[in-house]
Amino acid sequence: MLDHLETLESQSIYIIREAYNRLERLGMLWSLGKDSNVMLWLARKAFYGHVPFPVVHVDTEKKFAEMYEFRDHYSKEWDLNLVTGLCPPIEETDPTLPPAARAAARKTEGLKALLAREGYTGVFAGIRRDEESTRAKERVFSPRGETGQWHFRDQPPEFWDQFKTDFPPGTHVRVHPLLHWSEIDVWLYTQRENIPTVSLYFARDGKRYRSLGDEDITSPIVSEALTIDEIIAELRVTTEAERAGRAMDHEAEDSFERLRADGYM
Amino acid sequence: MSKTPRKFEIFTDSAEEAGARSGQRLDIAIVGHVDHGKSTLVGRLLHDTGTLPDGKVEAIEKMCERRGMAFEWAFVMDAFQAERDQAITIDAAHIWFSTKKRDYVIVDAPGHREFVKNMVSGAASCAAALLVIDAGEGVREQSRRHAYFLHLLGLSRIVIAVNKMDAVNFDAARFAAVEADMRDYLAELGITPSHVVPVSARDGDNIDIRSERSPWYDGPTVTEALDAIQLPEADSEAALRMPVQDVYHFDDRRIIAGRIESGKLKVGDELLFSPSNKRARLQRIESWPDSDGRASAEASQSVGLILDEQIFVERGEMISHVVQPPLESNVFRGHLFWLGREPLTTGKQYKLKLGTLEAPVTVQSIDRIIDIDDLAMTEAASGNASIERNGVGEVVLRSRAMLALDEFGNNQRSGRFVLVDGYDIAGGGIISMRGYPDQRQLITGKSSNITAVDYGISHAARRQRNGHKGGVLWFTGLSGSGKTTIALEAEKQLFQKGYQVYVLDGDNVRGGLNANLSFSPEDRAENIRRVGEVAALFADAGFIVLTAFISPYRSDRVRAREAVERRAEGAFHEVYVKASLETCESRDPKGLYQKARAGDIPEFTGISAPYEAPEEQELVIDTNGLSEEQSVAALVAHIEENFATD
Repeated sequence: MLDHLETLESQSIYIIREAYNRLERLGMLWSLGKDSNVMLWLARKAFYGHVPFPVVHVDTEKKFAEMYEFRDHYSKEWDLNLVTGLCPPIEETDPTLPPAARAAARKTEGLKALLAREGYTGVFAGIRRDEESTRAKERVFSPRGETGQWHFRDQPPEFWDQFKTDFPPGTHVRVHPLLHWSEIDVWLYTQRENIPTVSLYFARDGKRYRSLGDEDITSPIVSEALTIDEIIAELRVTTEAERAGRAMDHEAEDSFERLRADGYM
Repeated sequence: MSKTPRKFEIFTDSAEEAGARSGQRLDIAIVGHVDHGKSTLVGRLLHDTGTLPDGKVEAIEKMCERRGMAFEWAFVMDAFQAERDQAITIDAAHIWFSTKKRDYVIVDAPGHREFVKNMVSGAASCAAALLVIDAGEGVREQSRRHAYFLHLLGLSRIVIAVNKMDAVNFDAARFAAVEADMRDYLAELGITPSHVVPVSARDGDNIDIRSERSPWYDGPTVTEALDAIQLPEADSEAALRMPVQDVYHFDDRRIIAGRIESGKLKVGDELLFSPSNKRARLQRIESWPDSDGRASAEASQSVGLILDEQIFVERGEMISHVVQPPLESNVFRGHLFWLGREPLTTGKQYKLKLGTLEAPVTVQSIDRIIDIDDLAMTEAASGNASIERNGVGEVVLRSRAMLALDEFGNNQRSGRFVLVDGYDIAGGGIISMRGYPDQRQLITGKSSNITAVDYGISHAARRQRNGHKGGVLWFTGLSGSGKTTIALEAEKQLFQKGYQVYVLDGDNVRGGLNANLSFSPEDRAENIRRVGEVAALFADAGFIVLTAFISPYRSDRVRAREAVERRAEGAFHEVYVKASLETCESRDPKGLYQKARAGDIPEFTGISAPYEAPEEQELVIDTNGLSEEQSVAALVAHIEENFATD
């Protein structure tokens, strides 16, 4: 009988392999955070050490210095085909969004530009259902129209691991191999597999980052956790939401939903 | 609440609390009629189990105040602005909570009729279900519909919450009436709910805390009932099934990738690939990051296999052991639910997804349409039936290619399929083979040490001696359509014209060559296979053979054609002796229809067993309109035109 982490791992590998077989031009979004590091690890596991598609970093140029170092180090060590794309200035985003959401919307625009440039028909994204309530409604294979929009009212049926893999031209699909994982699962697995992690997740001067975004719109939480064990112990008792430190989620009731409908991860 | 808050988002446990909790999680679907209070129940469940994040209740209070409405527990779940405005749930959502015993994910399914696809999408991955029924309104259409879909999805662990008991003053008699009603319906589906709990979600009675308002009830609360559900065991003891997902060529290794759906395998096992029927031995199970390989693997593991020899296999093949292989057939029955925008119709082609296989299939017939409300089955009128969106029915699907499959009753994982219409997943169903044979035994040779002898006398020499080519006129048609009558009269006329001609009929093979065969679908198929092989030998010897068998299955006739044309191309002509069921039944020369109608003959073609009319035949003889004389003349003319040498 498989244990819980083995079951999660096996399901994610199935999803990654299914996308690799059914979708033509694939890219894997790598935000350098804990979730996408697990996703990348699972891809290497699915293909026995290879990553047979480009790994994509949508760069807002506002990430923490440690994140850039991490990216440059491991893309070389793991022999990744790293593709990066820059984001447009904030002036080009929807002016009706609140300020931090506009900063997040830059990333959406950067992603759309990159998708258009590289012609991807499938993009892996490491989102999870338990992170945020609109993400809870996602499909594993989630189609997007030509403008990248998510039609949450009219999502395809998805059951028995038979995913939607047929699309009219112009559509691309977001593939979510970690949708069924929880935050604690990600840490337990990171620990068990010894997956490298950006140091910002661990406490420094009584604070650590629980979720990593742009440096100017992400705040750390109060924490003394220096190891993964301590992070897990902390998560077991907190009733704070994971993305509490991500300003864009909290400016208005529907900020995140609007961002996602428009193509945010 | 004086409870210690339990963690939001938690599910696993490995190291420090081992033993205290199982480390497993149970996914449950929550279903029920619209407005029967599912969202309220979930909101209450999260609150009472101490799962809500700090400040959530206050946030909802504020939100309700802003909207000028009473406090609404359902808003805990309604994540979308749009949903709050419309006060209905749009899509299946996933909500995490935990009890002292274990962790749960609740998959919320919407009550609105047009959103069945979201309910199916949510519930299909669950191991159990919580069905909510309003005590005042009782069992409604969607209560039944959702229960029926749970049954089709294979969910049999069900807890029922009879909600809004406060509105009926916790009346024990009212509760008993609703309980009995729902139990009756579920019993027809073969489902026994594990518990039926009287609750008031709004007030928190019997959700996590035992109510004082229902002293007559001594069963468990909702959380106790959920904790009592046994987790399903992974299917490692069942027969091995692993669909080939992909074949990778990394570092000079050829790796067959896939997930084991049931059973287990180990290095050294002989593996069978269906439907290609290739075999190879398992040499190695890949692993990463360590490269030592694994010795064995079991159900629900994603693996990479290396075989001892390079056989060509591709995505879609089913891996099994040599014993207990999957069935092979190019036709099967599907008991399906339909989600497509366009109705499912007879004769239409769809894409079948079966495991990792994709193949075009045609709807040969829609045999039953099921009214979910009272489970009444409507026998579909042939030809023009259709199944509407959100409808359920029984259909026969046919593919050109051979399929490897299982009956749902034998293997839930490999016994289910999906249909795709255009770009969209439009339906799902479970497989039954009732009335159709396993074709594996018919296509798999048992002897392998036989070398065909090349005959010394050529076809040309026989043709010259006889004045005509050898060939088979393969009749097909219902009992009473006139096959034997036409064949015997044509034989006489052709013999007089100097033809080497012979009729193969049921009576002259059933008594000897096929004396050991019954009338089961498998034996019928074997009967026809042997007749096909015998006819092929006769034709090879230069004869014109007329066969007069109902031969109802298209696949059998295709096989007979292949047997004949293996030796001589173009020598097989299918002759459709066409007469309506009414015509045949009114003729009834042997009184068989009467007996079949009386139930004395089981599996009688056209009455209780399928007849598959030909799609492409060389000749049609329509005996509805033609006399016996005209029919025979048409046949003789066809033979003279196609088989005479001069």
